[in-house]
Amino acid sequence: MQEPQTVAAAEDMSILEAIRAALFAEMARDERVLVFGMDVGTLGGVFRVTQGLQQHFGGDRVFDTPLAEGAIVGASVGLAIGGMIPVPEIQFLGFTYQAFHQIGPQLARFRSRSRGRYPMPVTIRAPDGGGVRTPEFHADAVESQFTQTPGIKIVCPAFPDDARNMLSMAIRDPDPVLFVEPQRLYRTVRGPVTVRDDPLPFGRARIVRQGSDVTLIAWSAAVHLCLTAASELQSAGISASVLDLRTLVPLDVAGLVQAVTSTGRAVVVHEAPLTGGFGAEISATLHEEAFLSLDSPVIRVGGRDVPYPPGALEDAFLPTVPRIVSAARKAVEG
Amino acid sequence: MTQQPIEAGAVDSTVTRDARLGADGVASGDAPMSREQVLEAYRLMLQSQAIDDLAIKLQRLKRVGLYAPVQGQEAAVVGSALALDPRRDWLVPASREQPAMIRHGLPLVNFFAGYMGRLDSAGIPEGVKLLPRQQAIAAQLPHAAGLAWAMKLRKERAAVMVYCGDGASSEGDFHESLNLAGVMHVPLVVVVINNQYAISTPFHKQTAAQSLASRAIGYGMPGIAVDGNDLFAVYAASDDAVRRALDGGGPTLIECRTYRVGFHNTSDNPNDYREQEEVSAALADDPTTRVERYVLAQGLLSPGAMAQLKVEIRAELDAVQRSVADLPRPEADFIFQNVYDVLPARTEQQRAETVKEDRR
Ligand SMILES: Cc1ncc(C[n+]2csc(CCOP(=O)(O)OP(=O)(O)O)c2C)c(N)n1
Ligand SMILES: [Mg+2]
Repeated sequence: MQEPQTVAAAEDMSILEAIRAALFAEMARDERVLVFGMDVGTLGGVFRVTQGLQQHFGGDRVFDTPLAEGAIVGASVGLAIGGMIPVPEIQFLGFTYQAFHQIGPQLARFRSRSRGRYPMPVTIRAPDGGGVRTPEFHADAVESQFTQTPGIKIVCPAFPDDARNMLSMAIRDPDPVLFVEPQRLYRTVRGPVTVRDDPLPFGRARIVRQGSDVTLIAWSAAVHLCLTAASELQSAGISASVLDLRTLVPLDVAGLVQAVTSTGRAVVVHEAPLTGGFGAEISATLHEEAFLSLDSPVIRVGGRDVPYPPGALEDAFLPTVPRIVSAARKAVEG
Repeated sequence: MTQQPIEAGAVDSTVTRDARLGADGVASGDAPMSREQVLEAYRLMLQSQAIDDLAIKLQRLKRVGLYAPVQGQEAAVVGSALALDPRRDWLVPASREQPAMIRHGLPLVNFFAGYMGRLDSAGIPEGVKLLPRQQAIAAQLPHAAGLAWAMKLRKERAAVMVYCGDGASSEGDFHESLNLAGVMHVPLVVVVINNQYAISTPFHKQTAAQSLASRAIGYGMPGIAVDGNDLFAVYAASDDAVRRALDGGGPTLIECRTYRVGFHNTSDNPNDYREQEEVSAALADDPTTRVERYVLAQGLLSPGAMAQLKVEIRAELDAVQRSVADLPRPEADFIFQNVYDVLPARTEQQRAETVKEDRR
């Protein structure tokens, strides 16, 4: 296992490698950083994201925990109070439900509960999302539920470069971060990674494709669906922008407004069920902040309002490229 | 890491009979099962092995999504399930108790339909007192406690048997539900299949305790640890626990100490975290082989009949698998079924769109 470079030379990596590189770098940089969770030590995680970390940094800093999500997150609160920088892994984001209380009402609120005495430099990593035929609960994209528990940031990279830099930032951030890793992209998306001393701060969305007719807005794996949809739309004569939000909290309101103002039309895409999803927040924000620039109503494309189905049927549930394309056409053509 | 030594025996040693089936296939104590029961157990254990083999083969052919084998745990699963009367008692599985589910009344077709994505045929038939497999570790335990509580409130003479793993014993759901079951004094039998692993995490990293059965003391219920590879010991402990539940004696915790011989599931590679010697040692004490030796020594089956049985079991499964492959795959509409009693209007509209898209 090679140590990641900390100099700014672009290197081609998968998202998985980029995350691993960030963990290596931050553990090397600050000895208070701890990595723990189910199967992250000896095995290196069920996806092998943490492979090599335990060998390199030892069993006191990288360790397997008992099977207990509530305790993993709750103990992170205590470890942080005790001066550590915990980077716990929840094996799948769908199992953050087991730790819901410890994440929202405890971890996210602890700075406030302790009147500022205990900030919570904790980064919870968890993979999520569909498209890879996982068993029940393993694909549920529940990240937006934590937008309702203020105090925690929600970071959702879609590219290796962001995964690398934003995970480093998350670990250095004095506030808690939920770092969502798109499991279907772990090994399929590769790209150049440049380690930056001053990376784009949290709360900056990025236009990943420029267009003039409609803006497709997404985060995490859905960004790539939007990019594919944008290419298809191009052949149909529609020019689509794709905006990668990168973080849900903080939300880049100015960037969002600007990206939509430039086209006058917006489609928001997410894997979580439509009703009550973060798309509603985006749509409401655009109506409040950019109403006069909108040429047509903001359209949301979400998962269906049903439980995440068994693998064989996930395409019926998920926002697929054809669904995004037809939403964009509707936005443009009425 | 070698396997934990198996110290069979009750925490409260009054709670069970002495019944053993040793590795040599020789029984000691009082044989707790009739000839018919032994043969039923043996058949289920063989069938479980055949299901593992077939499902793994189908997974490699991409006809099954993901499969978690039972291998090595057959005596623990079958011996406990056989203590139930499927017409009277409930069975609440975790996700590695295939032979228990089948024995409790899940038809083989439905069983394979679930694994092979023929979802319209995969349900648990009306009247079968079985809950679906649980993928969220330990979440079935509070359900089982509540179900047993309902039996008690309705004065129904029925026991509930719930399974979980050694890993599950670390979840809050485990503690909360066993404590509740103790307080409510419900007719529950908790069977912990301690197969020494939760994915890659060995038992000694799961708990600093030597025993999971000993937790029963803290819940005010009897607890017993048995050699989970011993069909007779598992059955005797389970049978006692079921009787106690039926007689108003409250819940019991049974820890079956066994070993997960196979991979965690078909995406796992155990060579990444454990030594082959450990697996070989476990393989040398295969629970089905113990029963097989006993069956032969007692003359319950002739060698010829035994060979015939094995062929029949595999032929039956293969026929089932082929008939399931001919069943239709579910339509997109399936995802909207059974979500609500009546779908909300907006979801109904999504259903219409989805069906239209699916036809395109
Ligand atoms: C709440 C929850 N957390 C994590 C997982 C991922 N996971 C699936 S199986 C497993 C290990 C379970 O171990 P154990 O309870 O011993 O059962 P076994 O697999 O050995 O039968 C884990 C961690 C899960 N399914 N549910
Ligand atoms: Mg286990």
